[in-house]
Amino acid sequence: MEELAKLVLEAQMALAQADDLGRVEQLRVNYLGKKGVLTERLKQLGKLPPEERPAAGQAINDAKQDIVVAIEARKAVLAEAQLDAQLANEAVDVTLPGRGQSPGGLHPITRTMSRIESLFTQIGFSVLEGPEIEDDFHNFEALNIPDHHPARAMHDTFYFDDGRLLRTHTSNVQIRVMSVQPPPLRVIAPGRVYRCDSDLTHTPMFHQVEGFLVDEGVSFADLKGILNDFLRNFFERDLQVRFRPSYFPFTEPSAEVDMECVICNGVGCRVCKQSGWIEILGCGMVHPEVFAHVDIDSERYTGFAFGMGVERLALLRYGVNDMRLFFENDLRFLQQFR
Amino acid sequence: MRFSEQWLREWVNPAISTTELANQVTMAGLEVDSVEPAAPPFKGVVMGRVVELSPHPTAERLQIAQVDIGQGSALTIVCGAPNVTVGMVAPVALEGAELPGDIHIKKTSLRGIESNGMLCSALELGLGESGEGLWALPDDSPLGVDLREWLGLDDCLIEIDLTPNRGDCLSISGIAREVGVLNRCELTPVSANPVEPDIDVTFPVVISAPHACPRYAGRVIRGLNPAATTPLWMIERLRRSGLRSLGPMVDITNYLMLELGQPMHAFDLDKLSGRIDVRYAVAGEKLELLNGNTIVPDAETLLITDANGPLALAGIMGGQSSAVGPDTRNVFLESAFFNPIIIAGRARRYGLHTDSSHRFERGVDPQLQKQALERATQLLTDIAGGQAGPIVEAAIPEALPAEPAIRLRPGRVERLLGLSIDPQEITDILRWLGMAVASEGDHWIVAPPSFRFDIRIEADLIEEIGRIYGYSRLPSHRPVIRSEMAPQPEAKLSLDRLRETLVQRGYQEAITYSFVDPASQQSLAPEQQTLSLANPISADLAVMRTSLWPGLLKAARNNLQRQQDRVRIFESGLCFIQAGDDLVQDAYLGGVICGDPLPEQWTNDKRALDFFDLKGDVESLLTLTGRLAAFNFVAARHPALQPGQSARIEHDHRVVGWLGAVHPRIAKQLDLTGKPFVFELRLADLQQARVPQFSELSRFPSSRRDIAIIVEEDVTAQAIRECIREHGADLLREILLFDVYRGKGVPDGHKSLAFGLILQDISRSLMDSELEKTVATIVTGLEKRFGAKLR
Ligand SMILES: [Zn+2]
Repeated sequence: MEELAKLVLEAQMALAQADDLGRVEQLRVNYLGKKGVLTERLKQLGKLPPEERPAAGQAINDAKQDIVVAIEARKAVLAEAQLDAQLANEAVDVTLPGRGQSPGGLHPITRTMSRIESLFTQIGFSVLEGPEIEDDFHNFEALNIPDHHPARAMHDTFYFDDGRLLRTHTSNVQIRVMSVQPPPLRVIAPGRVYRCDSDLTHTPMFHQVEGFLVDEGVSFADLKGILNDFLRNFFERDLQVRFRPSYFPFTEPSAEVDMECVICNGVGCRVCKQSGWIEILGCGMVHPEVFAHVDIDSERYTGFAFGMGVERLALLRYGVNDMRLFFENDLRFLQQFR
Repeated sequence: MRFSEQWLREWVNPAISTTELANQVTMAGLEVDSVEPAAPPFKGVVMGRVVELSPHPTAERLQIAQVDIGQGSALTIVCGAPNVTVGMVAPVALEGAELPGDIHIKKTSLRGIESNGMLCSALELGLGESGEGLWALPDDSPLGVDLREWLGLDDCLIEIDLTPNRGDCLSISGIAREVGVLNRCELTPVSANPVEPDIDVTFPVVISAPHACPRYAGRVIRGLNPAATTPLWMIERLRRSGLRSLGPMVDITNYLMLELGQPMHAFDLDKLSGRIDVRYAVAGEKLELLNGNTIVPDAETLLITDANGPLALAGIMGGQSSAVGPDTRNVFLESAFFNPIIIAGRARRYGLHTDSSHRFERGVDPQLQKQALERATQLLTDIAGGQAGPIVEAAIPEALPAEPAIRLRPGRVERLLGLSIDPQEITDILRWLGMAVASEGDHWIVAPPSFRFDIRIEADLIEEIGRIYGYSRLPSHRPVIRSEMAPQPEAKLSLDRLRETLVQRGYQEAITYSFVDPASQQSLAPEQQTLSLANPISADLAVMRTSLWPGLLKAARNNLQRQQDRVRIFESGLCFIQAGDDLVQDAYLGGVICGDPLPEQWTNDKRALDFFDLKGDVESLLTLTGRLAAFNFVAARHPALQPGQSARIEHDHRVVGWLGAVHPRIAKQLDLTGKPFVFELRLADLQQARVPQFSELSRFPSSRRDIAIIVEEDVTAQAIRECIREHGADLLREILLFDVYRGKGVPDGHKSLAFGLILQDISRSLMDSELEKTVATIVTGLEKRFGAKLR
């Protein structure tokens, strides 16, 4: 019996020193194989007196079991070590860049327009578009800007030989929508507009978002409320906003909206010409003459309209210092807005 | 409109600072653009008379002046100005004076002669445009008196940006009226007492175009002193309003225009004959204008004429033949009202824009003509003497602008402004604005003053009430909006998703101009009829794009030239295609790629970009529709694309787009390096997606059988695929093309294509025999149609 215990201990010690699976297998064969030490012992059992055999058999089997456990344990340890070694081999430099295509990005103007659209669609405005080559009626006349009106001079219109023109604002959508849909109407019209003007602060093409809301009981107070809300949400700042009387032929009363300069926080800087205010949108209550052109009863319905320059909003939002960059499509510029 | 604050305050002088004043008028709708000092800071400059001049002993260009500054002994000042004369009064910067440009005047010695100050030009004081010599001040200027104080130079110039509806504010009196209303402050208008005629000379006036010119007043003034000069105070006021002095006659008419807003004109009486006739031009007439241009007026152009023909372009510009000059002694002064509609646009037609046309276009007070004439006569006779004749006025009262009586309902004020304003305050505001207000039942009848052309309807009055009440005092609240859901068609693919897909595939969005270079459009889309702008901003932005490619390729080129060797950009937007009489404005989505397929990376899997990189991008867009299979790629020629690497994209046998490699010849023309690939799809066709429909999943295993066939080169993968599908019947789930091979084992002019066929049934497992049979049917089909051989 003691001999068996010694044998097991000896096997365990040998296993502990076995440093590869081959050696473990060799030990297994030595102890448990067909000609192994313990197998031999089992074969010797018959030489014992019958009454001793069960106990002796049991003892051998126990010893065998102990060695099996020791072998499995050693194997597990060695397998783990082998895996570790293999994994260490497979280690990569995780700081190397990833493989494949890297995403591009949207144009800052698209990004800005989407932002405007999502703010207004949240409160039930639909987004509608209109043609860019327009006739005089939809761009001017129906908006109460008759021929030779001094306001036309402010528009610097691109014309075609047949009298058609490139729309100078997206207000043409107002006319097109109001002529076919009865109130209530809540619409924003984003898009490209064109003015025959090109210098440091003007490009011959730019983007506008015009919005309008026509319903019963819409007042100037609603207009103030919605634009206050819009500017504060667009810039994510609690901005000061002021409404200043102005003139647009298609609204009456009309207002120009100034907001606290976001560059200098209203203290005064080059961008706001030291005034602390930045002119950001034009707006007003829809002119009864415009309603008359589209057959909406101005006694029953009132409405407001507003228009904003997308480039200007983008300029202020992202701190771009030159309007012309938006259309040069320099990848180094565009990639900043990914 | 630029004006002097001092001048304004002569008319109306509320107890507020310049800043407050500027802010107040801005918030009333007269936007102040700038406030600038009338003169730069300087001090220590007085008026002095040159009493003696002697040549400088050593310096030829210098003279030694003795200058009387009203203090006993004269100052000795060395002077280099060529125009200095004995007796002349000029500004003297005394010792210790500080001039603009950080100049400090000290006692100094000039070539050995002591100089005790400096005689100044207007330019040196920051007041003139050119520095030609000393500033000659009027002879009667008080010597020794501080020039700054004397001229009131501590004044501000306020520039306001007027909206076109406020023609009534194009004068000091008009702005004063506004400031008066805002401060509830009465005006002190200048006296314009009628000038009693000294002589009984008149020049007759008739109006042949009464609608265009409902009132024409004029007066003869004889015996003017041609040597008279404009007084300094007037020159200063003109200067501060941005006008140069051009002699008393012109200065006085300009002054009146600035003061009262009435443009006037002075004719040399001796050059007139017969009578003044205000009429439209007739064919064959010509008029040489004061600016030297000769125009041929059309029949819609209103003229001032006499017996000899046209004298002036009414309300716009005078003519050369009747102009006043340095020798003019007798004048006929015109003060007329022209209908804004008649003047509007006429000046521009002749390439003109004058202070006069600017005012008449916007509306001049039709009640102002006589008053302005009296005031001008008074100023003119004060300055240049002469005897005035009686005023001659031709007027057609019924042709004058109608004076509207506008109904104003308190309820409407509240509805539009969102605030109930005290009726007393409303009528108060209106009366301050010069309106006549009468109560009639539950509303008012309001008559605006003759100078307010912009007030015609109730909404105009409500704006005035809001404006004077103050927009900032009006309430602000969030509108209550009906919570009505808008339709969201699920089968319409949004542009956002398409854009996002391209972005994920490495594209950067671009926005290019909708007008492009005619030459590059001609190369890229020669078959399209282009629409040209009548007034393009430049020759290379002269035609409307019929394709996104000209703009995108230009953007690509610019980037390539900026050392970007890999460009992937896309754009969406309208293209403009003239199809016969119809103009089609459809939105397209297009892109251009060139350079490596992937950004340069360490993994070193570099290969050249090819057609299939681009096609993969296009297919990823088409996949979003859920109907990729409904789009066909058909090999076709396009003038912009390389033959053999270009395809038309069709849907339902309609062309919906193109893709391919840019033709190398065109790439060269456009200065494009590398090999760019382009695509373009009509957005509407791309946005037509579908609402997904579930089809049952098979619970039974699928089997794969691979076949490789050899066909002739010109058999397309698409045709083979269709043939396989046709013969594969219901069991065929998917066809995978996994290899295309040419070379050993494949005869010349042939290619081998390897397909994986995925077969599956919805209700049972397939037996091998069925699989073999299906594959055999497919192979036979391919053999029959294309002569395909199994490899
Ligand atoms: Zn600022």
